[in-house]
Amino acid sequence: MAGTPLPVLPPPAPRSFGQTSRRDKWWLQPLLVFAGLGSFLVYANWAALQGVHYTHGPYLSPFYSPEIFGSSPHAWFGPQPGWWPAWLPFSPALFILWAPAGFRLTCYYYRGAYYKAFWADPPNCAVGEPRKGYIGESNWPLRIMNIHRYFLYVALLFILMLAYDAVQAFWFKDENGKGGFGVGVGSLVLTLNVILLSGYTLGCHSLRHLVGGIKDCMSESPTCQKMYKGCSALNKRHMMWAWISLVGVMFADVYVRLCSMGIWKDIRIL
Amino acid sequence: MPTTFRIWRGDATKGEFKDYTAEAGEGMVVLDAVHQIQATQAPDLACRWNCKAGKCGSCSAEINGMPKLMCMTRLDDLPEGETVIVEPMQAFPLVKDLVTDVSWNYEVKKRIKKFQPRKPDNADGTWTMQQDDADRVQEFRKCIECFLCQDVCHVLRDHHKHADFIGPRFLVHTAQLEMNPLDTADRVPELKKDFGIGYCNITKCCTKVCPEHIHITDNAIIPLKERVVDEFYDPVMKLIQLVFKPRKKAEE
Ligand code: SF4
Ligand code: SF4
Ligand code: FES
Ligand code: FES
Repeated sequence: MAGTPLPVLPPPAPRSFGQTSRRDKWWLQPLLVFAGLGSFLVYANWAALQGVHYTHGPYLSPFYSPEIFGSSPHAWFGPQPGWWPAWLPFSPALFILWAPAGFRLTCYYYRGAYYKAFWADPPNCAVGEPRKGYIGESNWPLRIMNIHRYFLYVALLFILMLAYDAVQAFWFKDENGKGGFGVGVGSLVLTLNVILLSGYTLGCHSLRHLVGGIKDCMSESPTCQKMYKGCSALNKRHMMWAWISLVGVMFADVYVRLCSMGIWKDIRIL
Repeated sequence: MPTTFRIWRGDATKGEFKDYTAEAGEGMVVLDAVHQIQATQAPDLACRWNCKAGKCGSCSAEINGMPKLMCMTRLDDLPEGETVIVEPMQAFPLVKDLVTDVSWNYEVKKRIKKFQPRKPDNADGTWTMQQDDADRVQEFRKCIECFLCQDVCHVLRDHHKHADFIGPRFLVHTAQLEMNPLDTADRVPELKKDFGIGYCNITKCCTKVCPEHIHITDNAIIPLKERVVDEFYDPVMKLIQLVFKPRKKAEE
């Protein structure tokens, strides 16, 4: 029978948008996701376009790291390049934010969450939908989501770069330009940010597949099996990691920004 | 405590909700109440059940709008004093009252390539398997074929893609075969073309309703989607697999 087309069923009565017999607050969860992701998007876009107040002492905001071109000492290749079109606002964040944005946009957890919250497809389980047609991810444009693992590779590099920033955040320079080890609240904020982002990235479904899930006999290679188990442990709470790392990265930017603006004072612990 | 049950009565052509009252006692489940109503007020009320232990998968229905097993839904877990709505599953044709025709599922199952084990590892015709490798597919074997996941899946329920999408239950079944360490058949091309795995938008409603708590989306569907990516959307992986090792070992 394999190879024969799937059987067809007579279509049932159409259901209208929001039609459901559910009596619980089914709208609450998508509403919270909408509010949460929506606020993050607004903040992230605003912060990325500022182009200022993204460093403070040894701290570099994760929204601006790696700083490829820019005016801070963290910049790899110096200030704003001459070829940058004058009509386009310049911000070092614009060079790099596509990577974490693409990673989260194509993440399996976020996809499921925003298809519900932003596109009502479905609004929630067993609740009628606004649209009749449906192609899901079976064709373009959403077929593009299959690119997720490529964003994962970049995200793994970013973890390394943010870890480097976190280490740098423990190296303070005095007035004479002499560096020395120190610990500020900001150093801890940037370190925590890397830990949270690692919890999220290392629990990625694509990574779980690539390190071991791809094999049916994982026991043949103990290293794969160990990595798969570690990845699976994080993956079980992927949604939690997705949210706390989102809040973490936003807070790290807010922290550096407010310190740089002089609104908050970075407390030196050591 | 007397509780009102609003139960769907009718067949494929017409029907309506009717209210019945049943005495809700301690430890009672929805199926008990339905039986009470059958015994006292509506002897012709159709409902399918078998084990009353959440193991046969026959008593699937929708209770207060969510797909559930009637025999595993305790009345004391439902909002107190409120009317309980009991409806048949929406994704399959109605036979009568709470009974739906789920035979589409059996037809779908026939279209999935059967288990094809490699040649026995040992002279006595047996195979050697590691517990860890077996554990992964073991989860999928818990399925009781209640089809609640099929019912809640919006691709079938709302978009009625029965002709293009096999639904979460059979993605679990395919995963169970495909990830079995002994199996040699390749079902990945079908997953993409005939079984419509791309229709799943990983909104996880199937996982939410599964009475066996199978992690349908995370452990079956997404890993299968990743295998589809390996085969059809990732040129680098395709190359690696071509040069080094085919994903499935063909029978020697
Ligand atoms: S996760 Fe996929 S299969 Fe499961 S209910 Fe949602 S769309 Fe259907
Ligand atoms: S996967 Fe779960 S919900 Fe789906 S048919 Fe099997 S037991 Fe029922
Ligand atoms: S699935 Fe969420 S990061 Fe890859
Ligand atoms: S009667 Fe068997 S699962 Fe409910």
